[in-house]
Amino acid sequence: MHPVIPYVVAALLFGLGVYGVLVRRNAVLLLMAVELMLNAVNLVLVTADTTVRAVLPNTGGVFALFIIVLAAAEVGVGLAIVLQLYRLRESVQVDEVPLADPPGPADAMDPDPEGEPVGAAS
Amino acid sequence: MTTADVLLLALGAVAVGAGAAVVTTRQVVRAGLWLVVALGALAGLYLVLGAELVAWVQVLIYVGAVVVLLLFAVMLTRAPIGVSSDLDRSRWPGALIGGGAGLGLSVLLVDAYRWSTVDLLGQRGAEAMGAALFRTWVLPFEVLSVLLLAALVGAIVVSRPDVGSSS
Repeated sequence: MHPVIPYVVAALLFGLGVYGVLVRRNAVLLLMAVELMLNAVNLVLVTADTTVRAVLPNTGGVFALFIIVLAAAEVGVGLAIVLQLYRLRESVQVDEVPLADPPGPADAMDPDPEGEPVGAAS
Repeated sequence: MTTADVLLLALGAVAVGAGAAVVTTRQVVRAGLWLVVALGALAGLYLVLGAELVAWVQVLIYVGAVVVLLLFAVMLTRAPIGVSSDLDRSRWPGALIGGGAGLGLSVLLVDAYRWSTVDLLGQRGAEAMGAALFRTWVLPFEVLSVLLLAALVGAIVVSRPDVGSSS
């Protein structure tokens, strides 16, 4: 078996993930591209685990399992944020989110209407 | 070229092709479905490489849970059904950096490994993996379970409906 094949597949998948993160505007599609990058790293870990005779066997596989759990946690929190963003803005386009003057909880506590967020669900 | 090489090449081509479809398709739902193909091909790669448990965990958690969550999010955010032309911003910077990262890493790895041959260590089942997980790496495992709990509680708190609404 030539270890260069899975390594190059992982490198190309990582490049595709970077491209997706930089190019996509929809936040859900952006999370999908992040999943591609995480899986590329997993493939590198599993390949190294298989091809290197390490002092501690199976370490690469164990780390791949850890990364899968981390990805599940990341998707859970990320989707909660995306859904909250959609509720506030009616849009999940990441380049339409203004960085200044966020309609955060501070505005929600504030009863006066001049700090009213634009797209807030009433 | 052994059987493992042929399988790795075929599954790798499927994974890279489906990954390219995920980041270039113009329909949001199809991106999620292509992601299933890419993750399934990666599970096949893990099987060929002998990491049986990782392959099945990949199928269970990624294909079974993460993709379903992503498709839920696609539906809950009322993503447009059908072809939408405004999914991407300008492509050149992303293509430059992404292509640079992918091709740069590929060149690095090809230069490091050339066409060298390695004997596969063979299938390592759940028993060996469980021994490594619960003997050597048991402390990170427990920390990770605490992190998962914290992440899920955080997700519940973040998605409370009274956040951001005006009283």
